[in-house]
Amino acid sequence: MRAPFGLRLERRLVTPAWLPFAVPVGSIVAALVITGAILAVTGVDPFPAYRRLFDRGYVGDGALSSMLVTATPLIFTGLAAAAAFRMRIFNIGAEGQLYVGAIAAAWAGLALGDSGTAVAIAAMAVAGIAAGVLWAGIPGLLRAYTGTSELITSLMLNYIGGLLLTYLIFDSRSYWRDTTSPNGRIFPTGKTLSDATNWPTFTTLLAPAIVLVVVALALAISLGRRAWIARRSGAGADRRRRSRIAAILGLVVFVLSVVLMNLTPAQSVVFPFGFWIGLAAALAVWVLYRDTRFGYEVRVVGDSPAAARYAGMRTKRKIVAVMCLSGGLAALGGASQVGDFSHVLDARGLQQVALGYTGIVVAALARFNPIAVPVVALVLGGLINAGYALQGADFPSGMVGILEGALLLCTLAGEVLGHYRLRAGRGATDETAAEATAEVSAADVVLGQA
Amino acid sequence: MSAEGTPALALRGIVKRFPGVLANDRVDLEVDPGEVHALLGENGAGKSTIANVITGLYRPDAGEMRMHGRRVEFHSPRDALEAGIFMVHQHFRLVPAFTAAENVVLGFAPGRERRVRLDRGAIEREVAEVAERYGLGVDPGARAWQLSVGEQQRVEILKALYRDARVLILDEPTAVLTPQESDGLFAALRRMTGEGKTVIFVTHKLNEVMAVADRATVLRAGRSLGTVRTADTSPAELAQLMVGREVLFERREREGPVGDDIVLALDGVGAEGDRGVPALHDVSLTVRAGEIVGVAGVAGNGQRELAEVIAGTRPRTAGTVAVGGRELPSGDSRAPITAGLGHVPEDRMHTGLAPSLSIAENLALRSYRRPPMERASFLRRSRIREHAEEVIAQSDIRAPGPNTPARLLSGGNAQKVILARELAGSPTALVVAAPTRGLDVGATESVRALLATVAREGAGVLLISEDLDELLMLADRIAVMYAGRIVGELDANATDKGQLGLLMAGAVA
Repeated sequence: MRAPFGLRLERRLVTPAWLPFAVPVGSIVAALVITGAILAVTGVDPFPAYRRLFDRGYVGDGALSSMLVTATPLIFTGLAAAAAFRMRIFNIGAEGQLYVGAIAAAWAGLALGDSGTAVAIAAMAVAGIAAGVLWAGIPGLLRAYTGTSELITSLMLNYIGGLLLTYLIFDSRSYWRDTTSPNGRIFPTGKTLSDATNWPTFTTLLAPAIVLVVVALALAISLGRRAWIARRSGAGADRRRRSRIAAILGLVVFVLSVVLMNLTPAQSVVFPFGFWIGLAAALAVWVLYRDTRFGYEVRVVGDSPAAARYAGMRTKRKIVAVMCLSGGLAALGGASQVGDFSHVLDARGLQQVALGYTGIVVAALARFNPIAVPVVALVLGGLINAGYALQGADFPSGMVGILEGALLLCTLAGEVLGHYRLRAGRGATDETAAEATAEVSAADVVLGQA
Repeated sequence: MSAEGTPALALRGIVKRFPGVLANDRVDLEVDPGEVHALLGENGAGKSTIANVITGLYRPDAGEMRMHGRRVEFHSPRDALEAGIFMVHQHFRLVPAFTAAENVVLGFAPGRERRVRLDRGAIEREVAEVAERYGLGVDPGARAWQLSVGEQQRVEILKALYRDARVLILDEPTAVLTPQESDGLFAALRRMTGEGKTVIFVTHKLNEVMAVADRATVLRAGRSLGTVRTADTSPAELAQLMVGREVLFERREREGPVGDDIVLALDGVGAEGDRGVPALHDVSLTVRAGEIVGVAGVAGNGQRELAEVIAGTRPRTAGTVAVGGRELPSGDSRAPITAGLGHVPEDRMHTGLAPSLSIAENLALRSYRRPPMERASFLRRSRIREHAEEVIAQSDIRAPGPNTPARLLSGGNAQKVILARELAGSPTALVVAAPTRGLDVGATESVRALLATVAREGAGVLLISEDLDELLMLADRIAVMYAGRIVGELDANATDKGQLGLLMAGAVA
C-alpha cells in the first residue's frame, strides 16, 4: 500500500496549469541525471560528454541542418504512430509504409522527371501517400472486418516491404534499378532521379531564428494582451492563470531563440521542404482530431468502442480510415526521403535507420500529441546525430541509446506524476490514496511486462 | 443484541474535512459485538469516509475511536488490520493470475514467513476449511480471473476471515451481486455474527438493511442522525431519515388513455448472445405512445440482448424491429437514432458514456452529426460547450464544469447526463435498461419521475429492469423474459410480485 521511504502517491484532483509543461522538462532533466550517473559509474566524466553531445547535436557547425535532416522523417513516422495510437490502433508498420512510400515516390519521380518541379513534387507526394494508404489498408481491413491483430499484421508487412525493397534493387532488373551506368553495373543501385524532381531546400542565414523570434514575440504579445484583457474584464482566475502561463512560455521561446541566434552567428541553416510539409501535417492532424467530426469519432472509438457503436458510429470504417491516415503519413515520410535527401531508391540505407520504429518512440515521448511530435522529433534528431558523430574510443557508443531509453522511461514515470502527487510522511492521507496505489500498481504491472 | 455492556467499536464526534468539503461532521457510531450494523446513507452522505476512518486510511481531524472500551488511534491501514478490522472494498483487490487460496494468504502467512515456496496444497486446504465453515463456497485452486464477481467477493471476505478479523466492514457489497448471491452473502454474514464477529454493512439499499441488519445508523450530509433497531422501524421511515423528506415511492397514476400509435414494435425477433448461442427467441412486443411497458426477468435471460437488438448494436437473426412505424435494418446503430429512439443503456460508464471525454462532448454523442453541433464536417466547440452549460444547469448535474471528464461523475450524475442527452431530441420511443441500479434514493426518485414525465408527454417507454418494485410502480404492462423468450405479459395493475416471480423462474403462465 505504501511507496518506499515513507512516500505516498496521492491522486491529483486538479491538474495545476504549470504541470503539463513541468513534467516533460522534469523528465528530460531526470533522464540526463540518470544517464550521467551511469556514465560516472563507468568512469566517464558526464559533463564534458554532455557538452560534446550538446555541441554536436544542437549548436555546433552544421548541427541545426543535420538535426533537420534527421528529424524530418521522424516527424512523419511519429505522426503516423500518434494518429493511430490515439484511437488505440497499434500501427507499428510505419517502417514498411515508409518503404512503399519511397518506392512509389521514386517511381513517380523517375516517370515524371521532365514535367517540371512542381508537378514532379506533387506526383511524388501523392504516389507515396497512395502507396502507404493501400499498404496500411491491408492490416486496417483485416482488423476491422476479421478481427486480426493489426499489431502483428502491420509488423509482418514491415518485413515484406523490406524484402520488396531489396528485391527491386538487388534481385531484379526492375524499373527502379540502375542498369546502365558503369557504377550501377558493378554494384546494384537505384536509378538517380533527375534534378528537376529534387525537393527544394530553404537555406537561410539567420532567417529561421528571425522567424522564430517574430513568431514568439507575436505570441507573447497577443497572449499577454489577452491576459491583460481577461484581468480587466474579471474573467475566471483559472483562465487568467492559463493566459499568464502562455505569455511566459512565449517569452521563454523568445529568449531561447535569441540565445540560439547568438550561438549560431555565422551558420546557414538548410530547411528541407519535407520539414515544412511535416509541420503542416502535424498542424493538420491536430486540427483534424480536435475540431472535426471525424476526429471526435476517433476519440470516442479510442476511449470506448461500445459507446461509439451506441452513438451510431461506423467503428469499422473508422479503424480502416485511421489506419490509412497513419499509413499515408508514414509513406509521405518515405517520399520525402527520396525527394529531399537521397534522390534515389536507396534499398539499404532506408532499412538501416529504422525510421518507422523510432517514430513510435517519438510519438510516445510526445504523449501522442500531434503538435508535440515535431518538437520531440527535433530533439531526438539532434541526439541521434550526436550519437553517430561521437561514437568512438573515448565516447561510449551506447550512451545515446541509454539516454533515449532513460528519456522514454522518465516520460512514462512523469505521466504517473502528472496524475498523482508524491507526498512524504507517514500516516493517513486525504483523497483516495488506496485507489491511487491500486492504479499505480496496475501501471507497474503494465510497465513490467513491456 | 448488546449483550455485553461495551460496544465492539465506538466512534464519537468524528470530524473529517477535505479541501472545500466537510465529509464527516461529528459522527457518532456504536457497534455492538456480534451484530450486523448497517451504515445507511445516500451517495455522498459520508459513509465511505467514515469507513475509511475506521480502517485507518484517513485520520480524523477530531473525535475519538474506542474498541471494546479501549481508545485506539490508527495511523495506517496496517494498524487497523492488526486491531482486527478488515474492509471489503467495492472494487476488489485480487491478483488475477493467483489462485483464490493464494489471494487469501497474500501478505499474511503466519509461521510461513521464512519459507520461499508456498505449500499450495496446505494453504488450499486451510482456505477451503474456512470457506466451508462460513458457507462461502469457492474453489480455492481456481485463478482469480476465472471467478465470477460473486466468487471474487467471497475470496475478499475469506481474506478477512483467514486473518481472523473481528470487525468486518463491507462497502456496498451487493452492488455487483445477483439476488441469489446476495442471499448467500447474508447467510454467511449471519454465521459470522453467530461466532461473535461484528459486521458493518455500508449501503444505501433499504430492503437489504431490513433483511440483514440488526441496527442501522443513518448518515445524512456528513452527520449521524441516530441509530435505530430494524425491528422497530420501516423502510419508509429509514428513507425519510436518509433523504430528509418524505420519499414518494407510489404507483404512477395513469393520466389519460394510451394513444393508438405503436411507437415501438418487435415482431418475432431472434438474436445471438456474445458467445454465438441464441439468446432471443421469437420476441414480439409493442409499445404505444404514452405507455410504459416493463420487461422483467432474472439477469441473463436475454434482457441485455433485447435492448441491444433494438438499439442496433447487436444484429438480429430473425424478425423485425420498427420505431415510429419505420422498420430498422439489422445491426445498424445509426438508423434507430434517426428514427427517434432514445436509449439509456445498462452499462452507463462505458456504453452510455465515453469516460475520458468531457461532459460536453458526451452530451453531443447523439447529436454531433447534425447542425447546430456541426458545420461542414467541423464540430462547433463553442455550441457544444454552451449546450452543455445549459444542460448542467437545467438537469442539476453536479460537476465542476462542462470540461470535466465523464468518468469523474457519480452514478446518479452520469445517469442524468445520459437521460438529458437521450431526451433532448424528444424521442418517439425510449429504451431504458436498469435505470436506477446503483443510484441513491434521491437520484432514483428523480429518474423515475423523469420517466413518468416522458410517458406523459407522449413517448413510449420500454423499461427493462430487475427491480420488480420499480416495474410495478411505473409500468402499464409487464412482459416477463425467461431463457430468451417472453413467457408472459401482464397488466401491471392486476399482478403482483408473486406472480411475476413465478414467471421469472420459468413457470408457465
